[in-house]
Amino acid sequence: MPVIQFQLNGATVAVDTDPDQTLLDVLRSRLGITSPHFGCGAGECGACRVVVDDHAMASCDMPMWSVADKTVVTVEGLGTAEQPHPLQRAFISEQAMQCGYCVSGILASAAALLKRNPSPTEAEVRAALDRNLCRCGSHNRMVRAVLRAASEMSSS
Amino acid sequence: MSMAPPAPNLPVSLAANPRLSSWVKFTVEGRVAISPGKVEIGQGIVTALAQIAADELDIEIGRIDMIRASTATSPNEGVTSGSLSIQHSGRALRHVCADVRQRFLHAASERLGIDAGLLDVADGTISGPGNVRTSYWELSGDVSLDHDAVAGTVAKSAIARSMAGQSIQRVDIPDKVFARPRFIHDHALSGLLHGRVLRPDVSGARLIALDEGAARAVSGLIAVVRDGGFAGVVAESEVAAEAALKALRKGATWSAGQPLPNEGDLAGFLRSQPVETTVVDTRIAAAPAQATHSLRRQYTRPYIAHASIAPSCAMAQWNSDRVHVWTHSQGVYLLRADLSIVLKLPVENIVVEHMEGAGCYGHNAADDVALDAVLLARAAGGLPVRVQWTRHDEMCHAPFGAAMAIEIAADLDADNEIVGWHHAIWSNGHAARPGRATQPALLAASEIANPYPRMISTNPPAANGGGGDRNSVPLYDFPAWTITSHRLLTMPVRTSALRTLGAQGNVFAIESLLDEIAALRGEDPIAFRLRHLRDERAKDVLRTAARRAGWRPQKQSGIGHGVGFARYKNTGAYCAAIAEIEGTGDDIRVRRLTLAVDVGEAINPDGVINQIEGGAIQATSWVLKERVRFDLERITSTSWTDYPILTFSEVPAVDVEIIQRPEVEPVGAGEAAHGPVTAAIANAVFDCLGVRVRDLPMTRDRIIAAMELTS
Repeated sequence: MPVIQFQLNGATVAVDTDPDQTLLDVLRSRLGITSPHFGCGAGECGACRVVVDDHAMASCDMPMWSVADKTVVTVEGLGTAEQPHPLQRAFISEQAMQCGYCVSGILASAAALLKRNPSPTEAEVRAALDRNLCRCGSHNRMVRAVLRAASEMSSS
Repeated sequence: MSMAPPAPNLPVSLAANPRLSSWVKFTVEGRVAISPGKVEIGQGIVTALAQIAADELDIEIGRIDMIRASTATSPNEGVTSGSLSIQHSGRALRHVCADVRQRFLHAASERLGIDAGLLDVADGTISGPGNVRTSYWELSGDVSLDHDAVAGTVAKSAIARSMAGQSIQRVDIPDKVFARPRFIHDHALSGLLHGRVLRPDVSGARLIALDEGAARAVSGLIAVVRDGGFAGVVAESEVAAEAALKALRKGATWSAGQPLPNEGDLAGFLRSQPVETTVVDTRIAAAPAQATHSLRRQYTRPYIAHASIAPSCAMAQWNSDRVHVWTHSQGVYLLRADLSIVLKLPVENIVVEHMEGAGCYGHNAADDVALDAVLLARAAGGLPVRVQWTRHDEMCHAPFGAAMAIEIAADLDADNEIVGWHHAIWSNGHAARPGRATQPALLAASEIANPYPRMISTNPPAANGGGGDRNSVPLYDFPAWTITSHRLLTMPVRTSALRTLGAQGNVFAIESLLDEIAALRGEDPIAFRLRHLRDERAKDVLRTAARRAGWRPQKQSGIGHGVGFARYKNTGAYCAAIAEIEGTGDDIRVRRLTLAVDVGEAINPDGVINQIEGGAIQATSWVLKERVRFDLERITSTSWTDYPILTFSEVPAVDVEIIQRPEVEPVGAGEAAHGPVTAAIANAVFDCLGVRVRDLPMTRDRIIAAMELTS
């Protein structure tokens, strides 16, 4: 099996893998990354989203061959409890979840959004999260959290 | 003759589990373990329970470790459902912690030689006059908690509580934003293998032959498991398990299935089946008034999927004739009871331990997948096996919320005042939970070699809020009524408990017809409701929602407003909702929901708001979009494309006001909003478009059909 190399949360990783295996499976089963979650396996729910070269992408149907030499960021690489990313801080401040299973994917979508648009409108935030499903109904809290993070980032 | 006052009762969960040490333990220095029997299902319950414990024990909440429920150690609190966790677990913990505090004060008094009444507790340190002090942890060797709670323990008064009533941050959220594994899906047991189960596409089909050859050739396969109509694979990795399952599917031969109803005529189906009929309630008018006419209306709701974001998952590990199960079931003891029946093992040989799953809105496939894991793990040579369902299986093999047809006939007098009310429900039962019957309710139990029949769902008794009949008895003071429930005795589509059981359908029907009658009378719909309510708390939520929404907003073209109200189960939380919708042609969008809620004492107000917001948004999704689809052979809504739910751009603004009543025993908030929001949207559609849509979901097609019917 070929070795596929990519950047993961700031470090170079090389994985010996079937090139058709999905990024989600490699992250979870090989690299100890548990934040992206399996939800549907068809790229429809967003629970598995990660940031690939600054774009939020579903990892459940992304073959490893397409990840070669790319830069992948997951919530593990976003920040830590000691040094949280503004989004992580804002999601705590807004208590922006119920079950939280979808949250990693939503943080990935939001992080990618703020990278390309540091001052989004509410409608832009909603549009950026439209491919993430939340079943508990915490949408409005999450939108507020993303706007709060944006405002914090722009004032710092 | 005077009668002695009745002996005070223990809270229900405590009466069943009176041993103090099963709820509270002082572990290492500075830590307290609190062990409820209720489980976190995304509703924030562990935080609210920690608040209650912190208050009664006088300790900082950060010292509390909330222990996950397990049949090995936890009190048996049945199932985490019905918005009862605060009532059951909260009351028990409040009582237990007050008792424990008293015991420690007594021990401190002895040790310090100071009257207990002069001692005070602050963050676990007990101090008294003369600067003497000790602590829970210093005294924990002296104070045994292996005693049973006694009735009559007095907890703090509402005013003396400092944590309850505060919107403190939830204890589980940091893990979830910092990617620390917390979900069962993320838990890596040592040596973990992976299983997948083969299930038919055709509803009710049974596996009759299986060529295992191709599956056996898959690299990484550990075992193919076959037990009658149950079949699955165990493999070293998820990828291998999925590849083996795919191969196994090609080798499967299935029997014919059992036909499904005509999805286009659910009411016709529901109203033509054999049923068990119950008269839920009757009220006979003291002075019967003459009805001059009657309004007869039928309302329907479809089967609704739980559609949790995560597919159900479980792990199981055998050690000779003992098995350990990790599950996100709502009831670890109930699941254990069913596993015991299927495995023909005493319950002592089975440990069922809870781990968090994704948001749970009732009896989904959590229990089913646990049996799947147990059956597959038998072939794993003592290694643990993790089974995760596919999205497809989750959307077609898990139980659904039951479809309902509801007919109400309102007898009206010449002024269109209500003089009689006849409410009839046709629906499958709303509960087929495990652990409640002599036969198991788990899916694989109906597939194995000596299968158990599929349990036909039933309804919880009226004392527990009922099922299909939940919220069917009006809270309004009509002079006479008859409420009848027809529970189907056939069940071609598997149903069980989904959030609110029948309440969403019944409140939709009652509140829609009330709106219609108010309109007929030319009376404001809120004034009309207030005139028929006798309960001041009910009136308060309506008035509060009305004030907050600026009722009644000026009529604008293309905008509609509607109201809905219910007290969940007629015994729980009061909730009023006002919906603002935008209608363009035959398409609608819900712009804003304004809600007022009264849960008595709100332990964590932000937690209550979160639950109400979430309930309101989920209800909006049900109303606008959700409907399990099927043809005569199979469930066809097996993906998010075929079973769409509300997206971020479609979610309305939600504004919630809590009416705090710290002196009133708290009740749950998770199911209060669904009925009122459903009705509020329906009534707003009428206000906006002039049509009554009585069939859910209110899709464009349904609105067009209602318009055609009106014109």
